[in-house]
Amino acid sequence: MDVRFINPFVKSIQNLFKMMLDMNVTYGKPFVPNSDNQSRPHVSAIIGFSGDASGAVVLAMGKEVAVRIASKFSGIEMDLDHVDFADAVGEIANMIAGGAKSEFVGLDVNISLPSVIIGEHHEVTNSKAHPGVCIPCSTSVGDFHVHVSMKVNKAAMAGATS
Amino acid sequence: MKILLVDDSRTIRNIQKNILSTLGHTDIVESADGVEAIVKLKETSPDLILLDWNMPNMDGITFLKTIRKDGVTTPVIMCTTEAEKSRVIQAVQAGANNYVVKPFSTETMAEKIEQTLSRVATA
Repeated sequence: MDVRFINPFVKSIQNLFKMMLDMNVTYGKPFVPNSDNQSRPHVSAIIGFSGDASGAVVLAMGKEVAVRIASKFSGIEMDLDHVDFADAVGEIANMIAGGAKSEFVGLDVNISLPSVIIGEHHEVTNSKAHPGVCIPCSTSVGDFHVHVSMKVNKAAMAGATS
Repeated sequence: MKILLVDDSRTIRNIQKNILSTLGHTDIVESADGVEAIVKLKETSPDLILLDWNMPNMDGITFLKTIRKDGVTTPVIMCTTEAEKSRVIQAVQAGANNYVVKPFSTETMAEKIEQTLSRVATA
């Protein structure tokens, strides 16, 4: 994956958590996920990218941290069964994706509507077409991962250099 | 004053409602997409619309173009994750009166609402 895509996501996560959750985020070293170091989240929110660059961002969290973050974001106490829990988590992913895409200089990129998966210990994997990196994030309410898999499309690269 | 909130996320609509409530605005109508919003607009004649961009069924920019084409002059504040300058220009050209980028602070949202309402009042 083009590592230039990592910083826009780091910046976007920080901005979102500071502005809407009043929290700081610290980051571990990004790594390429494989079967040995793969996280097994309980809640994942996914946003797809298309256009001059394509791929996806996945906000992957354990159950407790997902509930704490969704509750703080929405301003109401939630659990996994709350009618708006998936909506809140999806909107957080949406804001992370939107903030990052605004930093993709010279690329016209669209984002999808969010999808949210809730299920114990599921696996987040990237396709071979979109190899990704995992960004470890720590907050005062717990740790989570943000998986980023982005690729600049050939047509856009050709356009950028012509 | 009646305000129409158009966003597919109920969480965002609730956050907006809380902010509006602190500003003294409690007459709120809600829609989850552009199609539903066109119906609510006709039924309720709001004084202000807060409009998301990316939504199912009909997105915000299509909704905005549609209502402006129909002669609706209700002030519209786009409230969206679409932060690029090109998107802001596109929204203004389609008829948006103001623009708030998500994530937003309570202060920013309050400021944009007051700014938009005062512009309309003095126009």
